[in-house]
Amino acid sequence: MRSSNIDGALAELPPALRADPAWRGRLTLTALAVLVLWPMLVASEFKPWLLFDWQSLSSTAHFLAGFVPPAHTPDFLALLLRETWQTVAIATAGLTLALLGAIPATLIVTERLSISRLGTGRMRWISAIIRQCVRWLLVLLRSVPELVWALLLVRIIGLGPAAGVLAIALTYCGMLGKVYAEILESSEAHASDALLVNGAGRLTALLYGALPEAASELVSYTAYRWECAIRGSVVMGFVGAGGLGQRMDESLRNMDGGEVSSMLIVFVLLVLAADVVSRMLRKRLA
Amino acid sequence: MSVSSKPQAATQAAGPNDGLTYSLRGLTVRHLAAAQAPALHDIDLSIAPGEQLALIGPSGAGKTTLLATLACAHRPASGELRVFGDDPWALSEAARHRLRARLFLAPQTPPLPPRQRVVTAVLAANLPHWSLWRALVSLFKPADPAAAYRALERFNLGSKLYARVDRLSGGERQRCGLARLLLSSAQSLLVDEPLSALDPALSELTLVALRQEARERHATLVCSLHQVDLALAHFPRIVALKDGRIVFDLPREQVTPEMIATLYQGETAAAAPAPAGIAEPVLNVSVCH
Repeated sequence: MRSSNIDGALAELPPALRADPAWRGRLTLTALAVLVLWPMLVASEFKPWLLFDWQSLSSTAHFLAGFVPPAHTPDFLALLLRETWQTVAIATAGLTLALLGAIPATLIVTERLSISRLGTGRMRWISAIIRQCVRWLLVLLRSVPELVWALLLVRIIGLGPAAGVLAIALTYCGMLGKVYAEILESSEAHASDALLVNGAGRLTALLYGALPEAASELVSYTAYRWECAIRGSVVMGFVGAGGLGQRMDESLRNMDGGEVSSMLIVFVLLVLAADVVSRMLRKRLA
Repeated sequence: MSVSSKPQAATQAAGPNDGLTYSLRGLTVRHLAAAQAPALHDIDLSIAPGEQLALIGPSGAGKTTLLATLACAHRPASGELRVFGDDPWALSEAARHRLRARLFLAPQTPPLPPRQRVVTAVLAANLPHWSLWRALVSLFKPADPAAAYRALERFNLGSKLYARVDRLSGGERQRCGLARLLLSSAQSLLVDEPLSALDPALSELTLVALRQEARERHATLVCSLHQVDLALAHFPRIVALKDGRIVFDLPREQVTPEMIATLYQGETAAAAPAPAGIAEPVLNVSVCH
């Protein structure tokens, strides 16, 4: 019925235009996409129907039913507050340590602040080599996930928050150094170039030329990384690095839905707070 | 035609370069993206301390490249360049950078970060002489707002001392960039088209302020200009560039309307968006004679 309707509508068109010229290409692309994606789904053992297995559904429902009401005994809330504080402390301390490494690395890596490139467009070979080495160091630091760093460090310095702090510091140093340098490179060069050409040093050119251009982006990226550090410290808690994550691991093992839901609410609030702080800083700097 | 066949030596061109601010011999400069025709070709030029000269010539003649070369911001491909008697590219990198602090290049588009305050942008002139700590402190509490105010006031801009750069108009930004020049301690002032966003009255005021400043500190002033009439009215020495070569280098009394006409020949159509500076000079030159 419908197809004859469409045919009828198409009959108005001249015969040469009845077939949409883009149709064949679109069909081919869709078929290709399916062909490429299918092996990936198989390789990743993607079996969504397992979600609807009766037995697992009922046990999940049982667990989820425990989510309401969230646990709120005074004892538990006091514990939650202490663990939240520890998580925030791990994330903040880790990020601060990461900044201590990332800022000098950024200053070295950013070609924008090179004085030897002035006038020739080429850096001195020694500067170029140092730059490249620091860049590789940053790649190395961030290519190892923080969870893996945490597992290694827990072996070395034992269970506890110190392992989480160091793991975050190492990975985030690599991320921040790379992204800071990219933000500085992609912002307007005119101001810092003019200062360098008139004889200013690299650090003062950064302060007076490059930073005012890039400050709000740098701050918002840092705030976002702090948010990621909070999530990261929770994950590392599962391997014994302390904080909310360790507590959550225990609650999950005990199938205590109320405690898990209280902690999830805390996560949402923390991420929300990071978002608010980031927006406030951006507005201040814009 | 005899004008363009061979550059005429300026009256001041001396033999030995002792005491000269700049001495250029057969200088050729290429753009950084090489393999192109040179931006400047076989330039001979001597500039004495305290001398004031205007660079004129059609767009793309190489005025900006010449200024960048004089500021040690662009390395020449061949030929001899001496700045205060030294070859900057034979110096060590640190010495060359110290030399840059004695030169001040003011680009055509003012290099001011939009979110910076005017007072900070102007005081940035002192960065070559400030320690990092002093520079940091000045970001929070401007080191010498009175000096910045005096410099801005020379360009009728004193009231904008604490305004943000992005609240300024194009012309105000340009003058703000020049106020920075006043605070620098450079002995060579290289100014690229300082009037491109200014009305006639402000243009006059600006050129007077620049020349007075250069005279007071006995600094060399090299200023590229599109307004040939203003160049002839204010600068005793005129250097004309075309296609990367010096066409003439003469005291202004010897510059004739025919020379100007030849210089800009074939450029009137291409330079249509800014006809004021190009159409007028031919008429105005006669005033100077």
